[in-house]
Amino acid sequence: MEEIRKAYFIAKKDMGAYYLKPPLISWGLMLPIVFVFAFYFRNPMGIKEVIPGLIGLTLLFSSTSMAAIVITFEKRIGALERLLLAPLEIRTILFGKTLGSSVFGLVITFLITIFLIPIMGISIHHPFSFSLIIILSGIAFSLLGVLISVGVKEVFEAMTMSNFFRFPMIFLCGVFFPVPSMPFPLPILSYLLPLTYTVDGLNHCLFEDKGIIPLHLDLLILLGFVFLLFGLSLFIFKKRIRQEF
Amino acid sequence: MDAIIRVNDLTKSYGPSLAVDHISFEVKEGEIFGFLGPNGAGKTTTIRMMVGLTQPSSGTAWIAGRDILKEPVEVKKTIGLVPETSNLYGELTAMENLIYQAELYGVARKERKDRAFRLLEEFGLREHQEKPFQALSRGLKRRLTIAAALIHNPKILFLDEPTTGLDVMSARGLRKLILDSKKKGLTIFLTTHYIPEAEGLCDRIAIIVKGKIRIIDTPQNIKSQIKEMEILEIGVDLISESLKNKLLLLDGIEKIVIDENRIRFHTKNIDQVTPGIIKLFEGQGAKMETINTLSPSLEDAFVKLTGLDSDLMKIDKPLKMGGE
Repeated sequence: MEEIRKAYFIAKKDMGAYYLKPPLISWGLMLPIVFVFAFYFRNPMGIKEVIPGLIGLTLLFSSTSMAAIVITFEKRIGALERLLLAPLEIRTILFGKTLGSSVFGLVITFLITIFLIPIMGISIHHPFSFSLIIILSGIAFSLLGVLISVGVKEVFEAMTMSNFFRFPMIFLCGVFFPVPSMPFPLPILSYLLPLTYTVDGLNHCLFEDKGIIPLHLDLLILLGFVFLLFGLSLFIFKKRIRQEF
Repeated sequence: MDAIIRVNDLTKSYGPSLAVDHISFEVKEGEIFGFLGPNGAGKTTTIRMMVGLTQPSSGTAWIAGRDILKEPVEVKKTIGLVPETSNLYGELTAMENLIYQAELYGVARKERKDRAFRLLEEFGLREHQEKPFQALSRGLKRRLTIAAALIHNPKILFLDEPTTGLDVMSARGLRKLILDSKKKGLTIFLTTHYIPEAEGLCDRIAIIVKGKIRIIDTPQNIKSQIKEMEILEIGVDLISESLKNKLLLLDGIEKIVIDENRIRFHTKNIDQVTPGIIKLFEGQGAKMETINTLSPSLEDAFVKLTGLDSDLMKIDKPLKMGGE
């Protein structure tokens, strides 16, 4: 309980201190909004089809942008040392960092969703599953950002690495093109990426019968990504601490 | 007094080079213990191993009775560290930084603000409490970093080069704060490369060079290690080249140090050599303005014990980016 409380304090501080940082505004906030408007102005009628993908992208960009800068930035200015000096387990630090960026991502996604869904006249068929998909995806994407930030030294490296993962996801995860319609071997790559399950799950929740994978499998796989990415981040973070400190 | 820090055979190697070479020592509760040595001697590495930031290659230490390797989180609850670079959060105000530290250290909610106010008052920061950390001067940043290290009432305060980079007045104020903290019962472990700072602040000093401890004792006892050495200091109006050359030929002189218009003769028998020196000055027509006998300083002892030039100790490390 004490560790959860301390993780909450880390998350609260991160959200208060970093939400106005330029990489976060440009990549985490502006880019998803630009995506939405770009698609809306290009084809106002067709945008409905890609709403699950746009919600997934918003979540991906906002969650990873925050996560990717907080650890790298604090490592660079020496402030990460303060966390390592405090009576905290390493997993608590990672949990706190993930929590902060997940909440940031969820807030941005919530704002975009409540704006888009009524305008498009879409209804949520499985509100509980919809919320679970969003929460699990937010955590998984934050952990992806954390994994990148513990593996690099500079903020610009973190942003470059994030984009190395994020941009292919835009095209590979069923945001604009259904995964089964992609030429081989691209679908294999698609099923290795968490955004695929986010978009598929959201398709289930927003347009019944539109998902490809059963909804409960989308949820289970996203949960699996959460554990896998947390375990990997913890392993790499501990290794980096031993090397760099 | 009991030992609150016990270090046993602590070693850190980076590849083939030994940064800290099998050191062992104890620090008593309530004392100010100084680690004195030139840059690169292994002072910071030692401190970082003791506070759990760096993994030792071998050996261990017990802080307040707990093993740093087996119970790192418990150890961290009992200590505060002020690193060489003041590294609080630039975006947060002085008050927010203290509250955040209190939260991380598990200080009860109702006590956080009281403690923060008390420390801001004690460290002369009350009028700056709403300023972001990044807007404070270097001296104020240093004060706030120390205050943050004390927010959870630690038993031991570790200070890594506390006055490096500060102006004279800020450094002086900080030294007073360190002495005041000791009066309140805090045990302080500090590293420094300023010999007068170690002499003025520390109850005991460990001199460390190339990762090895050369001596641990009180400043007084360290100075007495070279008690047999005496110093005659003569102030002259002008030191000519011919006088310099003749001085080098004098018998019974261990070392001559020329500092502007003052010449210091280090000798084991001051009574025997003084008449010869005066005669030489008179013979050279040099006007002696002052003659003093001096006790060896800690600097003299340091030079004798380490074989290093004391000027090495006056070189500051470049400050890291991101903090001051």
